[in-house]
Amino acid sequence: MRISGNRHILGWLLISPAVILLVTFTHYPSVSSFFSSLFSRGNPIRPSKFVGADQYTAMLEDPVFWTVLENNLIYAAGTIPASIGLALLMAVLVDQMLPGRAFLRLAYFTPTILPMIAVANIWLFFYTPEIGLLDQVLRPLGIDTPNWLGDPSTALWSIIFITIWKEAGFFMIFYLAALQTQSPELKEAAKLEGASAFTFFRRVTFPLLMPTTLFVLVNAVLNSFKLVDHIFILTKGGPNNASSLILYYIYETAFSFFDTPYAAALTIVLLGFLALLAFVQFGLLEKRIHYR
Amino acid sequence: MRNFIPYTLTSFGAWALAILWISPLVFAFWAAFHYSSDAIHFDLLAPLTFENFRTVWEQAPFPRYMFNTFVLVTGLLISQCVLATLAAFAFARMNFWGGSVAFALVLVQLMVTPEILIVENYATVSALGYADSLVGIGLPYAASAFGIFLLRQSFKSIPKELDDAARMEGCSTLGILWRVYVPLAIPTYLAYGLVSISHHWNNFLWPLVISNSVETRPLTVGLAIFGAPESGVEWSEISAATLISIAPLLIAFLLFQRQFIKSFMASGIK
Repeated sequence: MRISGNRHILGWLLISPAVILLVTFTHYPSVSSFFSSLFSRGNPIRPSKFVGADQYTAMLEDPVFWTVLENNLIYAAGTIPASIGLALLMAVLVDQMLPGRAFLRLAYFTPTILPMIAVANIWLFFYTPEIGLLDQVLRPLGIDTPNWLGDPSTALWSIIFITIWKEAGFFMIFYLAALQTQSPELKEAAKLEGASAFTFFRRVTFPLLMPTTLFVLVNAVLNSFKLVDHIFILTKGGPNNASSLILYYIYETAFSFFDTPYAAALTIVLLGFLALLAFVQFGLLEKRIHYR
Repeated sequence: MRNFIPYTLTSFGAWALAILWISPLVFAFWAAFHYSSDAIHFDLLAPLTFENFRTVWEQAPFPRYMFNTFVLVTGLLISQCVLATLAAFAFARMNFWGGSVAFALVLVQLMVTPEILIVENYATVSALGYADSLVGIGLPYAASAFGIFLLRQSFKSIPKELDDAARMEGCSTLGILWRVYVPLAIPTYLAYGLVSISHHWNNFLWPLVISNSVETRPLTVGLAIFGAPESGVEWSEISAATLISIAPLLIAFLLFQRQFIKSFMASGIK
């Protein structure tokens, strides 16, 4: 075996281009964010100096940080269950022999492949007061419409709604794949036992879909912390930060207010969140899943 | 007969949901071919027009944006495939020292994507001299943990006997990779390619941060600038610009939708 002696060297040679790039753009920036966050913001007169945890204590007193954190939690709670639930419903629907099944799949899935920026442009018009489609439909029915994106109480929910619309079709695909691998004998056996369709779904189909649900959940949670494209078009985080999320706040802090150390501290908090969520998801949910 | 009513109801519900889901896109399509004044009043009988497309084409360099996106997406796909193939082969078939630790390090990128680290990555790319260039937009994504993972799974399922047979014939390690592994993993490359193309065609935040000029801006950033309220464009023109931006991807999707959906399924197998 010619390669066995050199395989350590060859192995590392083969992985090194990818590993160097991954370290440069994933591991190194994660660590360097932490170090940046320990320094103060420098300016031409006063260079930045080591301040320890000052950025983090400032964060605790930053009302915008708390607003943005709360928004992100509402955004996650608003988008994740709804898009996963809808995805499951869509998958169950198109798994059956319905008329026009190909069209149905296409219709559910299409929003997924479109850029969020393009999608947000379309929705912007729907939400525009007076001339927007939503107002034109609701006004004649005598419903008093708010300024969807301009009102702090509705702006975040308007954003949440678009995300659900965009993501449900994507998650549907994974459920559909899982449903199609389930053996039809299970359904026949349940029918012989006299189980109703709903009982069958609750007791057999749904438990078998748990690994898919975990996969989809991990994706949905990640997305809820990194999906901000539509905010750029629709609200710019406004009004008064009512629709801003953590990643958008990081972007604003770094590239509009040029406060790099504070943006780095926010990045560390975001990374901490993601690590914690990964730990919880894999640690707790793994135990409750029945693998085949 | 008992099954008939639930079946009709299910069909009806499924169709209602589908129409609701696709209506924003249908509406944008309709509005792009009508004058703004008619689109705003939702006048279904209004005359058709191509005026919006012409205005958009004259007002903003969409052909240039499209070219940039095209170059970006193709270049990225090639580099991702090459780097992932080499790494995946090593991870799948060479039991080398530190391999499993390195693989765990690779998988971290699945959770921590480059857009979360925009601040530090902006500093790195600028320091390397790639700010405001297509290389700068692509570099953080050139090595893809997802691609490595997917190809490693696929390489692992290839029988080792094929490997040995090729070696008997005097094939080198890289020769085996190129002649045996790559051809057998073509479905995986196809699936990965579709996911990669649609992801980078749609990517926005990082390109927004790092690109600064018409020469480097991809479609998404160009569209965001075009549609900004301060540029004072009309709703129908925004619809037309939106359609121009999504047309290549949408047409590809409609043509290859079976393959597309299958590839998204394949990409979900962990």
